Amino acid sequence: MKIHEYQARDLFREYGIPVNDYKLVANAKEAAEAAKNWKQTVVKAQVLVGGRGKAGGVKLADSAAETEEKAAKILGLNIKGCKVEKLLVCDAAPIAREHYLGLVLDRARQGVTIMLTNQGGVDIEELAVSNPDAIHKLTLLPDEPVSDEALNAFMAQAIEAEAQRKQALAALKALYKLFLEKDASLAEINPYAMTPDGNMLALDGKINFDDNALFRHPEIAALRNPEEDSPDEVEAREKNLSFVSMDGDIGCIVNGAGLAMATMDLIQHYGGKPANFLDVGGSSNPQKVADALSIILRNRRVRAILINIFGGITRCDDIANGLLMARKQIDIRVPLVIRLVGTNQEEGKAILKEAGYSAGNDLDEAVKDVITAAGGAA
Amino acid sequence: MSILLDENTKLIVQGITGRDGSFHAKSMKADGTNVAAGVTPGKGGSEVDGIPVFNSVAEAKKSTGANASVIFVPARFAAAAVKEASDAGIPLIVCITEGVPVLDMAEIYHLIRRRNQVLIGPNCPGLISPGKSKIGIMPASIHKPGKVGVISRSGTLTYELVHALTLAGIGQSTCIGIGGDPIIGTGFIDLLQRFESDPDTDAVVLIGEIGGDAEEQAAAYIAANMKTPVTAFISGRSAPEGKRMGHAGAIISGGQGTAEAKVKAFAGAGVPVADTPSGIPGLLKSRA
Repeated sequence: MKIHEYQARDLFREYGIPVNDYKLVANAKEAAEAAKNWKQTVVKAQVLVGGRGKAGGVKLADSAAETEEKAAKILGLNIKGCKVEKLLVCDAAPIAREHYLGLVLDRARQGVTIMLTNQGGVDIEELAVSNPDAIHKLTLLPDEPVSDEALNAFMAQAIEAEAQRKQALAALKALYKLFLEKDASLAEINPYAMTPDGNMLALDGKINFDDNALFRHPEIAALRNPEEDSPDEVEAREKNLSFVSMDGDIGCIVNGAGLAMATMDLIQHYGGKPANFLDVGGSSNPQKVADALSIILRNRRVRAILINIFGGITRCDDIANGLLMARKQIDIRVPLVIRLVGTNQEEGKAILKEAGYSAGNDLDEAVKDVITAAGGAA
Repeated sequence: MSILLDENTKLIVQGITGRDGSFHAKSMKADGTNVAAGVTPGKGGSEVDGIPVFNSVAEAKKSTGANASVIFVPARFAAAAVKEASDAGIPLIVCITEGVPVLDMAEIYHLIRRRNQVLIGPNCPGLISPGKSKIGIMPASIHKPGKVGVISRSGTLTYELVHALTLAGIGQSTCIGIGGDPIIGTGFIDLLQRFESDPDTDAVVLIGEIGGDAEEQAAAYIAANMKTPVTAFISGRSAPEGKRMGHAGAIISGGQGTAEAKVKAFAGAGVPVADTPSGIPGLLKSRA
C-alpha cells in the first residue's frame, strides 16, 4: 500500500524526524492562506505516482499570490492518469546540500537495506542503474542489532560533518523504528537536506507498506487512498480476491497468481487481450467465484470469460457450485469457457454437466476457444 | 533418489483441525505420505482421520519421531508456528499459509539458517517426490515418478507444468513450490545445488515469475555451476508495471523485475525458456 507525501510527513513527525513546515490544502485559496507563513513556498501535487516534478506537479512561488496562481494550475493537472485533488504547500527552506536516505525491504538479503547518497533529489532507481557505486548500502538484519559506531562509520561515507551526521543518525534510527513498527516495505527521505544553518530536514517522503501486515496496523490501513486502485480493484479486495484491471476484452478467473499471469500471457500469445488479472485464491469458497464473475461482468468491454482452474487446495466442485450460485445471482451475458483440472475434477465436471456447461482439460485449447468466443484474435 | 523428502519422511501437520489442514492431512495420507501426527493447541488427545493430535510440535515429535512439519495455520500465527517447529528441532518445515507479514519472515529466515534447518515457503504449495512422499496441497495424481526436478515460485502454475510433463511421459524426481513472497525460506539456488548433486535428477525445470531478481541470480548460478540441463518458464510477460499480481513478490517496479530481463538472463546462461507451459516438454526432450 502506498501513501501520499503529506501522510509520510505526518509519520516522520510522529517519529521525531525533522521536516520542513507544510500544510495540506484542497484549493488555491487555502494555498494562498498557507503561504502567508513563509517567504517562499513550494507547491506540490499529492499523487501516488512518481515523476510528478517532471509532469509539472511541483512549483516554487515567491508570494501568497504566486502560490495561489501555481496551486490553481497544479490542481487542474492529470498526472499519469491521477487527477490532482490535494496539494501540499511547504516552506521552501534554503538548502546547502542534499542527500537521499532510504530503507527498503531487501528480498535477496532477507533484511532491511539502508541506502544513502552524497547527492539528493536523485531518482534512486535511475542511479541504481547508471551509477550503482554512488549508493552506499548497509543491510540490517532483524535479529542482529547494529552498533551506533557501525552506523556512524557507514554514514560518514556520505555525510562528513559530525554535527550533521549526528542528526542523520537519529533520523535513520527513527526511520528504522517506523519501518519495523509499521511493517513498511519502503521508507525514503529524498531529498534529505542540510539548511545553511546546519539543520538536517526531510523535504520529501515516500512510504510503502506490506499489505500482508495491515491487519495489525488499523491506523495505517486507515490511511489508504481509494484512488490507488480502480473501483473494481477496491471491491475485489473487500471480497478477498486479488484483481488488477487491464484494457482487453477477455475476462479471466484463475486460481493462483502464477497461473493467472500465465493465463493472461497465453491469451496475449495467441492474439487475444486480457481484461483483467484475477486470482480467486487458494482456499476455495463458492461465493468467491460468484463475486469474481460479478466484478468482471461489470466491465462492459468484456466479451467472453475464461475460467481456468487447476485444483490443489482449491476444489473443482466448489468452483462448479460457485458458478451455479453466480448464475442465480447475476445475468452472465457473455460466453464462458471453462477449464477444470485437479482436486475433485470429476465431481466438479459432473455438477457443471448437469447444469448444461462443459469443461475442458487442455489450457491451450481453452485459451483459443475464449479468443474465438470474444470475436477472434486482434 | 530425490531431494528433501522420500519414503522415510514422517510428517506433522500443524493446524490439522482447520478446514484446509484436515482436508490436506487426509489427502497426503491417502497419497502415501506417512502422516504421523497433527498439532492444534488445546485439541491434544483427539484424532483426525486416525491421525493423533497433540497440543504442541515438541510433544508430537517426541511421541512419533516425526522429521518434517507442514503448516496450515492462519497468516497472523504462521511465523510463530514456523518458530515452534524450528524450536522443536524439526529439520524440514513447510509453510503453506499465504499472506504472512514479510518482516516476520525476515526474522524467521535467519533463525532457520543458523540452525541448519530447511524452510520451504511461505505462500507455497509444498513439495512432492512422486511415489514416495508428499508434503503439501498439490494433486498427487498429476505426478509421475521419474528424473526431472521441478522448482517454482508459483503453485497452480507448477501443477500446469508438471501435468504437461506427465502427459508427455516425463516423470519427476522432486517438485518444489518455493513460494511467491518477497522473503522465502529456500530459494532457487539452494535447490539447484541439491538437484545438481542428486544422481537421480537428470534435468531441471525452473518456473519463475516477474518481480525481484531471483531468476537472474539463478541464471548466473546455472551458468557457473551446473552440468544438469535446466529449462525455464517465466510468467508475467503481459503484466503491467507497479501492480502486485497476487503474490506479494510479483511486482515490476522502477523497470526492475520484468519478464524480458529474466528471459534474457536465462538465454545468456544457455537456459532455454518456453513461450507456453505446454512448450516445456518439447524443450526438455530436445536437450536430453
